[in-house]
Amino acid sequence: MSAVDIDRSVGDFSYPENHTYDAGFGLSEQTIDYICNVKNDPEWVREFRKRALKVFNEKPMPTNWATKDLEAIEFQKIRYYLSSGSQPKRSWDEVPDDVKRTFERLGIPEQERKFLAGVEAQFDSEAAYSNIQKAVSDQGVIFVNSTEGLKEHAEIFRPWFGKVIPTGDNKFSALNSAVFSGGSFIYVPKGVKVKHPLQAYFRINSEQFGQFERTLIIVDEGAEVMYMEGCTAPKFETSTLHSAVVELVAMKGAKIQYVTVQNWSANVFNLVTKRGIAHEDAEIRWIDCNIGSRLTMKYPGVIMKGRRARGEVISIALAGNGQHQDTGAKMIHAADETTSNIVSKSISLGTGRSTYRGQVHIPKHLKGCKNNTECDALLINSSSRTDTYPAITVRGNEHACQHEASVSQVSAEQIFYMQQRGLSEGEAMSLSVNGFINDLVREFPMEYSVELKRLIDLEMEGSVG
Amino acid sequence: MIMKLEIKNLHATIGDREILKGLSLEVPKGEVHAIMGPNGSGKSTLSKVLAGHEDYQVTGGEALMDGRNLLEMGIDERSREGLFLAFQYPVEIPGVSNANFLRAALQARLPKGEQIDAVKFYQHLYQKMDMLKMDRSFTARSVNEGFSGGEKKRNEILQMAMLEPKYAILDETDSGLDIDALKIVADGVNAMRGPDLGVLVITHYQRLLDYIRPDVVHVLADGRIIRTGGPELALELEEKGYDWLLKAA
Repeated sequence: MSAVDIDRSVGDFSYPENHTYDAGFGLSEQTIDYICNVKNDPEWVREFRKRALKVFNEKPMPTNWATKDLEAIEFQKIRYYLSSGSQPKRSWDEVPDDVKRTFERLGIPEQERKFLAGVEAQFDSEAAYSNIQKAVSDQGVIFVNSTEGLKEHAEIFRPWFGKVIPTGDNKFSALNSAVFSGGSFIYVPKGVKVKHPLQAYFRINSEQFGQFERTLIIVDEGAEVMYMEGCTAPKFETSTLHSAVVELVAMKGAKIQYVTVQNWSANVFNLVTKRGIAHEDAEIRWIDCNIGSRLTMKYPGVIMKGRRARGEVISIALAGNGQHQDTGAKMIHAADETTSNIVSKSISLGTGRSTYRGQVHIPKHLKGCKNNTECDALLINSSSRTDTYPAITVRGNEHACQHEASVSQVSAEQIFYMQQRGLSEGEAMSLSVNGFINDLVREFPMEYSVELKRLIDLEMEGSVG
Repeated sequence: MIMKLEIKNLHATIGDREILKGLSLEVPKGEVHAIMGPNGSGKSTLSKVLAGHEDYQVTGGEALMDGRNLLEMGIDERSREGLFLAFQYPVEIPGVSNANFLRAALQARLPKGEQIDAVKFYQHLYQKMDMLKMDRSFTARSVNEGFSGGEKKRNEILQMAMLEPKYAILDETDSGLDIDALKIVADGVNAMRGPDLGVLVITHYQRLLDYIRPDVVHVLADGRIIRTGGPELALELEEKGYDWLLKAA
């Protein structure tokens, strides 16, 4: 499945095409300089990157608490920047049959299949993208890639960039800060409620799918936006490290929903830092679905900084054979009457492993904070594994906090019952798993939930018999 | 073709224990047969073995459905070929609505590439639900989850009505039912009676047979059929218990 390589940086619309930039293997000051020169970064960005490189080099791997599998990452064997035309094109005939079949089963439109399989450099979405852009820019919304954001909109970009997630937050946020490229910058002005979800998907031909994307979304007072990234189509990567940083800022009374559906190929380390700051009466919701990858570590967080701010993380993780989904949520209550909700469901198949880590912090001086945490794990095979590490610190006695966790297995009797009604073992298993996550799938936009169901059917087929 | 469910000298074990010890039985299509027997006689084992439950090993004998060897088919294949088992303890499937479950089961019966017509499906479903006096809200509820005993049994009969089997085994469908629910379930089954359906009613008590009148009654004891007779046999059992038959056997 992972044999296909795609040039994800092809078509970055902030650079002239047909140019080839390749920072080569490994990471050093020279690599940073190369990236800065190619991207024509302002001087402050160059400094920011270089500081980040130092932090990255100094920080130890988080293997004291996380899996030792991280040690398998060979930082010197990774290309940190690659752009247009630096990888050979292939023809549709060269795409392996199993990949084609997967696309077909997922109902991916022909055009997109070709792009995803690396056949076509350009996915013809430019029209769709510019329509969206036009519709929202009439309202004063800025929706550009991060490179453009930091250059053209520095006055909005710079004050928040790296403030929600400081460079030194963790080793991988430092790495991203050093070599980031791609990702989105969005600014929604006061009171503007963006009707349609903004989708990174429409920008499939941009740098969006880079390995070190950096996204910053700022939603001003009383404004609202929904952002969606990824798609259920498997992404066939040659690169083995994906390390993104996403920062959200919801000003007073603002609402942000950030929806992610990702399906990585089984060789990818997906190490992502996502966090938002919610000011007074603001709301931030992370809706997150993680499928595939060798190891995903991702704990979307919300810092509830203003009174009555709300934070929510809804997540689904599916760990297939040999995969490890290490996911969870961080809820930092920093003002009175703040509310957080975490609902996490994981499914482990074969030798798959899912880990839930949740941090809830409510300090003593606050009043009237609430947290609800539910985490449910479903194990499919006897070799499947799940672990739960909740870290809930609640000080003071004027708070409400509840935590529920469950581990269940698809029972043989359930499968027998469904088979007796004519469903094959695989179909029965799929239905059961879809039932398990059903209430969360409803939180995803319609087109994603349909795709999700199909994807789970597909994953389950391989797990039985 | 021989249109019947035919069980010949069937032996089955669970672990080291033999439960069915040479059971023979024929249910011709169009007839309703009852199997009665004391606890532990092998009634539920028979239903599970016929459905293909993997906990049981068939160690001898045959089971044929319209001349085809049931024992060579997978669990789901038996169902699609027309065998239905109404469970004694229907299983809960959280998050899967009744409507979706039935749709998936019907879909599994269609040739590849064909899709169920959603409008017709719901028309058909509502009609059957009305027959069983089931509220429309059942379609959206998760399969059997939080259902009362009576609701679960009614739901089994609804599934049977939707899947239109050739042969149906009702395993202790009367257990856990009050008299009103029992009547509704029996009415549902009676409405399906006809030349295209063979029914095997497994029950411990005569009560259900007052409402679903069997053509033939079999008595199962210690893994074998020890007596076969008309509906009057059930009444005799109700009056005298099983002991006299067991002694005679």
